[in-house]
Amino acid sequence: MSDLTNPVEPFLRSDRMPHIWCPGCGIGTTVNCFARALIESKIDLEHLALVSGIGCTGRVAGYVKLDSFHTTHGRAIPFATGLKLANPKLNVVVYSGDGDLSAIGGNHLIHAARRNIDLKVICVNNLIYAMTGGQTAPTTPGHAITSTSPYGTCEPAFNLPHLVEAAGAVYVARWTTFHVRQLARSIAEAFQKKGFSFIEVISPCPTLYQRRNKLGDGLDTMKYYKEKSKVRHGAPTSEAGLTMTGEIVVGKFVDRDRPDYQTLVRAQLAESLGDRFVEQAEMVCS
Amino acid sequence: MKADPRGVLTGVHFIDGDHACCEGALAAGARFAAGYPITPSTEVVERFASRVPTVGGTFIQMEDELAASITLQGAVWGGAKAFTVTSGPGFSLMMEHIGYAAMTETPCVFVDVQRGGPSTGLPTLPAQADMMQARWGSHGDYEIIALCPNSPQECFDLTIKAFNLAEEFRVPVMFMMDEVVGHMTEKVVIPPADQIEVTPRRHTRKSVDNYLPYETNGDMVPDMAHAGEGYKFHVTGLTHDEHGYPNMTPPVQDKLVRRLQNKIRAAADRIAMFEEQNLGDAEVVVVSYGITSRVAQRAIDLARQKGLKVGKLRLITAWPFPENKIRELSLKVKAFVVPELNLGQMVHEVERAAAGKAKTFAVSHAGGSVHHPEDILKVIVEASR
Ligand SMILES: Cc1ncc(C[n+]2csc(CCOP(=O)(O)OP(=O)(O)O)c2C)c(N)n1
Ligand code: SF4
Ligand SMILES: [Mg+2]
Repeated sequence: MSDLTNPVEPFLRSDRMPHIWCPGCGIGTTVNCFARALIESKIDLEHLALVSGIGCTGRVAGYVKLDSFHTTHGRAIPFATGLKLANPKLNVVVYSGDGDLSAIGGNHLIHAARRNIDLKVICVNNLIYAMTGGQTAPTTPGHAITSTSPYGTCEPAFNLPHLVEAAGAVYVARWTTFHVRQLARSIAEAFQKKGFSFIEVISPCPTLYQRRNKLGDGLDTMKYYKEKSKVRHGAPTSEAGLTMTGEIVVGKFVDRDRPDYQTLVRAQLAESLGDRFVEQAEMVCS
Repeated sequence: MKADPRGVLTGVHFIDGDHACCEGALAAGARFAAGYPITPSTEVVERFASRVPTVGGTFIQMEDELAASITLQGAVWGGAKAFTVTSGPGFSLMMEHIGYAAMTETPCVFVDVQRGGPSTGLPTLPAQADMMQARWGSHGDYEIIALCPNSPQECFDLTIKAFNLAEEFRVPVMFMMDEVVGHMTEKVVIPPADQIEVTPRRHTRKSVDNYLPYETNGDMVPDMAHAGEGYKFHVTGLTHDEHGYPNMTPPVQDKLVRRLQNKIRAAADRIAMFEEQNLGDAEVVVVSYGITSRVAQRAIDLARQKGLKVGKLRLITAWPFPENKIRELSLKVKAFVVPELNLGQMVHEVERAAAGKAKTFAVSHAGGSVHHPEDILKVIVEASR
């Protein structure tokens, strides 16, 4: 019997299945990789919390068997910041969409990276606002058709690895949903880092993005990811911008160390206050 | 339970309302604050930033009020008692997360030191024009509690009360100060910790296997768990069932939203705090709150000297509105006079509760200063005719 069960099942709320995602959607694939990374890194699930914003990707929080928080649109990072600061023993993962994290939540993204809050951010980038019907996002590449850019987008798009590297992230990687092993490995690696880690996953939204742009179905998108992805570990993030049908630079771009926010705060307070500094006790106020 | 002595600065102090509010929060057990600077509220978090590392806790200055108002909620689910502090423009930005706290039943305190609005308005001058926003500012149906201190001493005492109510009802509590109360300096007595009662978190006693995050037992308030304790619970701002799982059907919506409302409404009389004076023989009752109650006191004294039968009802709890008290009085008195530093907010509640049984007179003021007592007196005289 046991070999028939999916190894990632213990990480999912099976009582909430079936999930809401469309056939061919990449979000489920990323969750699979996430679960595999948890298995691989033997992480203590009791001290792992997952925080999402709003969107198709935001629904991940509702499907994982963890302490999980589905917050408000764009605010997963500040919620996660409070959670982590109040209980530093927690490993806190932020799992959300490109629009949620980089548009409405863009300010929080850069400031959390600047502070180097010890969060693992997984950003599912389907190049669109999917949940609301496929509108233009800050990540939508030029010329793509969306429901609010019916004649094609003309705004320059964010290159998210470049943005978060500049803001201060200590770990930055990008994969596509074709790169399941590499993605799982990157997630596991991010758990070894202390500080702001950002993993972007380029993921298909066949229902809205691929269909509207005549880019085929989920399978065609996998072929595109396979053919056009170029693994360039350590590539300058400035060279990782995306276009609609061009090359996708993937790999681990940044892996560096600098003290995380809580380490800095404690050091500063201990130095300034000496004996008067009182370590934060466990906050549980029962 | 008794206050943790580490947070209690027992003694007699001469401090302003903002500082007293901070001491109240520390005494209540708040060990986490997230804020964004804004006059006239900033002194609360400035003091917290300086005090909390000597008590054991965290202050973080966030990038904006949208962040501050949700960071504190992350901290609550991590086990802390937490709050944020702001004024009008920041309060406007926090509305989204007042709704989130109401929906997810996250116990927390929002301090609003009111200044003149709308928009940037009068950054350094008082108003009481956020009273309706405090009640109705986020979308959807929900219920909150709001308290109105009228002195630095009350900024201390009632901040503790605000945290206690937040914990008891798992609701965001609005602490509605104003610029004058925030910046006036008076004597504040902080008692020993063993004389301060604090309400602990409603933590579940159930085992991991038996716990349902939004199941109620007896009363209408569910018990909480914190992240990292093994409960593996889910919290969402979507309409949810007792498992905490999204369930967007009309029956679940009806059950949830009515409970969120009823848990506060059913306890309204117990939550209601007011100060009364000379209500026995009163023909006219001045209903006021916050700094305006102190100006109104002068008007009431002057009216009494003139032989007018005037009583005082000071609202300490603004929300839930103590409508039973007003209804009861409306059967005995001729009129209510409601001075407030806005163009008419709580007066509508008084009028609604009085339901035509007694007349209601507003004494409005656009903010920027307090009323002149004479202006209130004039209306008392008119109402007494
Ligand atoms: C304050 C607010 N504004 C707008 C919305 C509507 N909304 C819901 S999800 C979403 C976009 C989500 O896009 P993304 O983060 O890329 O997630 P995806 O659905 O693509 O996974 C928007 C605009 C909202 N829920 N809240
Ligand atoms: S709309 Fe797009 S992103 Fe959302 S579930 Fe469907 S395929 Fe996935
Ligand atoms: Mg998206």
